This record gives sequence, structure tokens and C-alpha cells, in this order.
Amino acid sequence: MQPFHYSRPSSLGDALMQWQGSVANSSDTTSAAFLAGGTTLVDLMKLEVIQPQRIIDLRALSATYEAIRVDDSSLRLGAFAKMADVAGHRDVLNNFPVIAQSLSLAASAQLRNMATLGGNVLQKTRCAYYRDPSWEACNKRAPGSGCAALEGANRQHAILGTSEHCIATYHGDFGQALIALDASVVLSGPNGVRAIPFASLHRQPANTPHTETNLQLGEIITEFIVPILPWARRSLYLKIRDRQSYEFAVASAAVAMELEGGIVRDVRIALGGVATAPWRAREAEDRLRGHTIDEARAAEAAHIAFVNAVPQSHNAFKVPLGQSTLVRALLDVASMEVSNG
Amino acid sequence: MDDDRIKNKPVSEGRRRFLIGSAHTGAAALLLGGGGGVATAKAGTASTSEQVQPDIRATIPTELNVNGMSHRADLDSRMTLLDALREKFGLTGAKKGCDHGQCGACTVLIDGRRELSCLTLSVAAQGREVVTIEGLAENDGRLHPMQQAFIDHDALQCGYCTPGQILSAVSCVREGHAGSSEEIREYMSGNICRCAAYTNIVAAVAQVSQQMGE
Ligand SMILES: Cc1cc2nc3c(=O)[nH]c(=O)nc-3n(C[C@H](O)[C@H](O)[C@H](O)COP(=O)(O)OP(=O)(O)OC[C@H]3O[C@@H](n4cnc5c(N)ncnc54)[C@H](O)[C@@H]3O)c2cc1C
Ligand code: SF4
Ligand code: FES
Ligand code: FES
Repeated sequence: MQPFHYSRPSSLGDALMQWQGSVANSSDTTSAAFLAGGTTLVDLMKLEVIQPQRIIDLRALSATYEAIRVDDSSLRLGAFAKMADVAGHRDVLNNFPVIAQSLSLAASAQLRNMATLGGNVLQKTRCAYYRDPSWEACNKRAPGSGCAALEGANRQHAILGTSEHCIATYHGDFGQALIALDASVVLSGPNGVRAIPFASLHRQPANTPHTETNLQLGEIITEFIVPILPWARRSLYLKIRDRQSYEFAVASAAVAMELEGGIVRDVRIALGGVATAPWRAREAEDRLRGHTIDEARAAEAAHIAFVNAVPQSHNAFKVPLGQSTLVRALLDVASMEVSNG
Repeated sequence: MDDDRIKNKPVSEGRRRFLIGSAHTGAAALLLGGGGGVATAKAGTASTSEQVQPDIRATIPTELNVNGMSHRADLDSRMTLLDALREKFGLTGAKKGCDHGQCGACTVLIDGRRELSCLTLSVAAQGREVVTIEGLAENDGRLHPMQQAFIDHDALQCGYCTPGQILSAVSCVREGHAGSSEEIREYMSGNICRCAAYTNIVAAVAQVSQQMGE
């Protein structure tokens, strides 16, 4: 690990000021980093994939931004809430099952006690070439250096949203749940506060794989707002992995559905483990609206969801696996027992 | 290139000692946050900020609360809680397995919950209560029921993963996630045992869970 300055600002304003102060004299905007739970950041600093000169510890913000609140129209999740606390929260479990499931199926109990929601959506890819700086070629780590995964071991890599510059999978689980529920994210930065749809937070790699989000420099995520919509209760997260527990997804699907008399009124589908960013499958949703769900219809939608897949030498199996994952998720969500109370 | 190599070198103890005198005040201000910290340090003009900036390699006077006792040491900002426990405070119960959050060997309780000490910076753990395996037994030496259950069920072979397993197991029961052996397996899956003592670990956790009426 490279040496760094450490500071612990006492408020949001103080944190933003410290960030601005520390990058002001530096042309390198990665010279400072915010620390939340540290489970991504400290790991990657040890590997020297990320080498900030300043660590700004945001722990003091927890007091203000870790609340889980439900009002008439929305569920509000503080960005510094711990994954474990949200996963076990009664309102979340009962009324937003896809959120509770995506969080409780992620990482381990210890990590979920440390990791925050904000840090979770900003976690880095687990692409082995990205995580190992002894590989020279990685456009995400060293822009313009190439991509070792294209010619390398790419079994775990993405098939949707890739470019010739990067095929790294987005590895988080919670992001898919947020997309399925039409959530938005609240950001505070040097230029003020704004809220954007969560679905527009992440970017596909295109020709700038090192720019992973649409966050402005120095912006801090403070909150997630999940609207209470008719499909929030009929929702689930299905995660397929190489071992049964404590493993990232090879393929996953978050689905939320509004059914009326067996007919799909509305549906949201987000795919994980197969794409470069939390992935909304709009065309597949369109195929389902106004229809009943049976195996054939689900398979048709799943086929559409992967029409544009670009498999690599080792990950072609993710096409049929991703499709079956979605089929099962759709059938399961359609047959869920959902009370109206 | 040469420069880089020099930068990559760990700070030697000798250099640390040399730095302590000159840099303590600055580092302490950084830690306190609030009025101190980076923003203040940078508030000066470019020409003076050089002098205001503490050396990036200066050690930080750090106070950690471990097993109910206060431990003080001057620590490198990079030092993880795991390394501080083992190398500075002589508490070698927490083990270093992967050092990257993947094996659970370094599990400790922080503010009453299980966390990984290998991904926790010691400076960031200040003001929090850390309990290691050394602090689990009663003061009179009586073992915690989970420690006894691990012995009763022969839930260890080489014993390397055991401290982490036991602290994780204590939490698993406290969290109310020890209802069935499936649930125990799921909620203990962050702790890897290379000797594969798993079956007996599950039995030990189940027994304590029943004793506690979970
Ligand atoms: C062994 C292992 C297994 C894992 N398995 C899974 C899994 O199966 N599924 C899954 O989803 N995740 C998994 N994870 C990832 C884990 O969930 C993330 O590391 C964690 O959620 C990150 O949260 P954090 O608070 O620790 O973030 P940090 O590590 O503190 O921060 C991560 C990044 O986000 C930035 N950041 C943090 N908070 C904010 C904020 N509020 N505003 C702006 N920037 C911020 C930081 O600067 C940093 O760049 C695993 C991790 C490990 C080590
Ligand atoms: S897939 Fe992306 S992250 Fe992995 S080596 Fe290629 S450029 Fe780097
Ligand atoms: S040493 Fe911390 S999890 Fe392996
Ligand atoms: S008893 Fe040997 S590693 Fe678990």
C-alpha cells in the first residue's frame, strides 16, 4: 500500500471542503478518495490498484445518513446504512423483497456488517486483470493500455454492454434491485445537491472504461429513494453462482411485476453478472406487458434480453445460463403470494 | 523509475522515529477532523502549504480500545487493525489468512458486531470497541460457551481459522441466524476452514444456539 494522509471530517460540508482542498493542487483527480466501509477501497489499495494520497473517512456521516425510513410514497435508504441492517429491516423484507434478497445474498455476514449501500453501488469490478497490476494491459486501471481479458481467461466477464476496450462485469447485486424498483439516488457535491435515476448512475465502458459512473468529481451519495410502486411487493432477486454461498453472481435477475388477473400490467427486469453495468432489459419487459406469464412467454422474453449478447472465448455459457435465470425469476415472481395488507 | 522504487519502500522504523518529532502535530490535526484536517492544511497559499502539510509518511498517534483496554501506539496510516493487533499489541489471536476480506480468519467484534480486521484501517477504528478472541472468556478464565462448545464438538483441527470462527459463531447466534443447520451454514460461510472442520463447527453453533434459547 502507498502511504496516504488520513482525515475524518465531521460533516458533509466539511467532507466536501476537504475533498476540494485536497484535489485543488493536484492534476490527478484520483489523488483523494472517500472511505465508507472500506471493503472495496482498502482491498484495492493493498493491491495498489488504487493509490490515493488522501483518504477522507466519511464515518461521521453515518449518524445523518444511515436511516431507513418509509413514508406514504417512498422508502428512503441512507447511503451509509450497512448492507446487513437494510437486508434485515422488517419494512424492506415485507414490502421490497428484491432489495432484502439482493443484499442478503451478497458477500458474507462480516462484510455486510461493514459495507454501506453507497459503497456497494460504487464497488469496482472483480476482473482479475484489473485487480492485478502486474498485468500491464487494462484500460480501466491504465487508460489506453489495452485489455488483457479479451485474449485471456474471460469466463466471468460480461456479454452485454461490452466494448472492444473493456468486457468487465459489474459485480454488485444491490444495483439490480434498485433498477427493478425505479429508484433514484441523491448526490451532494461541490455544485450542490441533485437526484438522478439510479439507472443513469453507471456508464457502459465504450471507449472510456475508466469512467464508470456519471458522478461529478467529489460527489457523495447520501440517499437512495425507492418509490412505492404497485410492483414493489411482487419482486425478487435470483442469484446463480459457482458455489452456493459467499460468491459473486455468474448470472442474476432482479424482477418486479404488477399482475392483474394473471395479466402483466407492468414489469421491471434488471440483469446482473452478465453485463458491464446494472442492466435494464427493456425489450424483454415490453414483450411481457399485457400478457399472461407461462414458460413459453418467459422464454421468449429471456431470448430477447440476450439478443445483443457478445460472448467471448470462455463465457458463451452465460447466454443460456442468463436466459434460464431470467425464465426462472419470471415464473417465480408471477407465482409469488403477495398480500395487499 | 528509481524515484518510484524509493516511494514504494515501506517506511523503516528508523525513518518513522525521525519523523515523529516533526510531524505529530499536523497528523493529529488531520485525525481530529472538524476545524483541522485537509481543508485547513490547504487553506494557506501555495507557498506556505508545503510547510503546513505533514509528511505523508508520518506516523499517527493512535488509541484503540481492545478488550476493554486502551492501547496506544504511533501507527502508519496504512496499518490495518489486524496488523496493529498482532504486531503492535501482541494480540495474535486474530489470524491473517487472505488479508483481502475473503476468508474470515481475522474476524473480530467491533461495537458488538463481527467485522473483518484486515479491511479495517487502525486509524479508522479509533473510538470503536474491539473484542478479539483474547477478550471473549470471563475474567476468571471461564470459557465463553462457544469456546467450550468448539472443544466439546472437536470443531477444530489445526486451529488456525478457529478464533475467527468462534467470534463469527457468537455473532451468528446473537444475530438470530442459527435457527437450522442450513441457516448456520449460510451465515458462517464467510469463514473458511482449510481443515474442513465444518460439520463439527455447525454442531457447536447449534448447541450454543439451543443453550441460549434461540
Ligand atoms: C470477498 C468479498 C466478496 C464480496 N461479495 C459480494 C457480492 O457477492 N455481492 C456484492 O454486491 N458485493 C460483494 N462484495 C463487495 C462489497 O459488497 C463491497 O465492497 C461493499 O459493498 C462496498 O461498500 P463499502 O462501504 O465498504 O465501500 P468502500 O470500500 O468504502 O468504498 C467503495 C468505493 O465507493 C466510494 N464511496 C463509498 N461510499 C461513497 C459515497 N457515499 N459517496 C461517494 N463515494 C463513495 C469510495 O470512495 C470507493 O471508491 C464483496 C466484497 C468482498 C471483499
Ligand atoms: S475487462 Fe476491463 S477491467 Fe478487465 S482487463 Fe479488460 S479493460 Fe481491464
Ligand atoms: S484475513 Fe481478513 S478475511 Fe482473510
Ligand atoms: S481448523 Fe484448520 S483451518 Fe480450520
